Amino acid sequence: MLAALYVMAGIAVVLGAVLGFSAIRFRVEGNPLVDKIDAVLPQTQCGQCGFPGCKPYATAIANGEAEINRCPPGGEDGIRKLAELLGVEFKPFAEGAAQPKPKAVAFIDENTCIGCTLCLQACPVDAITGAAKQMHTIIAAECTGCELCVPPCPVDCISMVPVPQSLQSWKWEYPVFELRRAA
Amino acid sequence: MRQLFRFHGGVHPPEHKLESSTLPSTNAPLPGTLVLPLHQHIGARAKPLVQAGERVLKGQVLARAEGNLSAAIHAPTSGMVESIAPAAVPHPSGMADLCITLKPDGKDEWTERAPVDYRALPKEQLLARLRDGGIVGLGGATFPTHMKYTAGAVQTLVLNGAECEPWITTDDRLMRERAAEIVQGIAILRHLVGAAETLVGIEDNKPEAIAAMQQACAGRGIDVVSVPTLYPTGGEKQLIRILTGKEVPSGGRPLNIGVTCSNVATAYAVHRLINHGEPMLSRMVTVTGAVKTPQNFEALLGTPIADLVHAAGGALPDAAGYILGGPMMGLHVADGGLPVVKSTNCIIVKSPQLFPPAPPALPCIRCARCAQACPADLQPQELYWFAQSKNFGKAQEYNLFDCIECGACAYVCPSHIPLVQYYRFAKSEIWAREREKSAADAARGRHEFRMERAERDKREKAEKLAQKERAAREARANPAPAEAAPAAGEPSQAAGAQQQTAAAAMIAAAAERARQQATQVQAKNTENLTAQQQADIQEIETRRAKIREMAHHDTESPKE
Repeated sequence: MLAALYVMAGIAVVLGAVLGFSAIRFRVEGNPLVDKIDAVLPQTQCGQCGFPGCKPYATAIANGEAEINRCPPGGEDGIRKLAELLGVEFKPFAEGAAQPKPKAVAFIDENTCIGCTLCLQACPVDAITGAAKQMHTIIAAECTGCELCVPPCPVDCISMVPVPQSLQSWKWEYPVFELRRAA
Repeated sequence: MRQLFRFHGGVHPPEHKLESSTLPSTNAPLPGTLVLPLHQHIGARAKPLVQAGERVLKGQVLARAEGNLSAAIHAPTSGMVESIAPAAVPHPSGMADLCITLKPDGKDEWTERAPVDYRALPKEQLLARLRDGGIVGLGGATFPTHMKYTAGAVQTLVLNGAECEPWITTDDRLMRERAAEIVQGIAILRHLVGAAETLVGIEDNKPEAIAAMQQACAGRGIDVVSVPTLYPTGGEKQLIRILTGKEVPSGGRPLNIGVTCSNVATAYAVHRLINHGEPMLSRMVTVTGAVKTPQNFEALLGTPIADLVHAAGGALPDAAGYILGGPMMGLHVADGGLPVVKSTNCIIVKSPQLFPPAPPALPCIRCARCAQACPADLQPQELYWFAQSKNFGKAQEYNLFDCIECGACAYVCPSHIPLVQYYRFAKSEIWAREREKSAADAARGRHEFRMERAERDKREKAEKLAQKERAAREARANPAPAEAAPAAGEPSQAAGAQQQTAAAAMIAAAAERARQQATQVQAKNTENLTAQQQADIQEIETRRAKIREMAHHDTESPKE
């Protein structure tokens, strides 16, 4: 009887020690869920979700502080992916909140630009080149279309130009065909 | 007799070859304008080298290959470049792409041709010649040929003369009429890869072509093999399987199993280029279907398809629209102004009688007939299910990308479901997502770098401030070393001569001298000033002195 108790207690101590050791030794830095959520977000860094960038929004979602329907650039598809990842219900974009729109890139009217560098400081992905009192221009390939450069411009020379469809970005449409009507 | 193998599945659609294969091929008449799309091959779009209004000669390079996976475009005849602008191209989207429009002058004047002896040229130069000669796979996929012959270790070279799609007879006619020239092209390709074995696979519904090729290949170590007629034997992977018994791994290329495969028409084009110096200017096109005299034409690239239909006696009264390629995989178009491009092997004029509209689709009954027909050994009914529900991850798990879009599944489907459309939709959707993903990854990288840079700037600023503070504190506590510190930082031309003494007193003296020199430098520009300017400077100097005194001694040490 006593021997059994000792054995059980001994096992408990050993297992406890192993668990305690591995908790310290194999500790995961940061929240892995944040990275998973961040991988789903479109990385426009636009702040339309109310957080300063995609990572902060991912962190907020992981902590349960934000809804999953706050990312317009991700579209409904993005919400679906987040819902699947987090095991929650799909939630459409809120009425009156920002809605998804076609992808656009910023365009600087170079005749109007005064070279103030304010847009350079606003761009979250360094997609604008230029220097003080030098004309600025957008690197269209790197622009995420976040529109953060538009409000700071003192001369309103930045406009958003929708990206036209090209042969490279063209996609086959979902096949739509008529089923034979019954009777 | 060679042992042949089987691939899984396959179908037997009505052949319709005899309509166009009986007449010998002729040269198509010179059209009024030639429209040459800059993207006629897989890979990067060719880069134009000419300008609108320029006169070009036949065979002159109009656009050069951009990068390795690309091919050049040449002027099919002499004439004037009318424009370089977007124009309609044969593409399922119906969108316009950049094209060079050429107005032929009718003289057909050649540029200088440079035939070479391929045995004397190193391999790299030969491959570069293929690229600059615009040679691409003429079986329909238009993969740049030079990319298929880069590898060294190839045991088997397979020449594809199967031509399994119904209606098409270009390779049949080409092999019957120009077998000797094809064989010369095969010799060049064989020289490129040093293959031990060379096989020509031809379906047994082309006995004349087989006979002609066997005669031309006799005694050259090229094995002409008659293979059973079964769609899609002409698929690269399927033909390799039949001839060698080897299977191309999923997601791989024939080169992975030591095989390379080209169309017989490609071999012919290689021969014209290397032995005659003639780049890819024209190709054989079957014009068939609802036309008066179905036949084959040697047509210049860029010829409008309506011109070829006209040359074939014109369309029958009930004609409506065209199919570019065969009925199984071809592209349905309505516009007769579309040009012949390197991939256009056949123009079928449609009519409701020949191609009745597809009966309405019924729900899938999961009979799995498609799975029996699939030559890639896939599960088309599952792929359809996943594509329909946009479950792309699952579709990829079921090897969607091994689908060759041959249409055998849709052909046998008793519910008439347009299966291939679903697979194409799923594939392009997956590609689009991958593009988005890589764009997002790039944006994340740039954003993180930017954040890091901001962080570093802040840190450096704080460090500088702390250093300054420290220096100021030391200066107050111990004046001599504080004076020495800035001296060490002075430019060497000021203090350099005194450095060898190296004593503390000397350093102090050097610092003193440096400071004097610095004040002298400052004073240099103040000579020959007007009284007014001097007064101004005086005023500014006093103000500066005042500010220096006022400045917070703890954080700001006065600059000299």
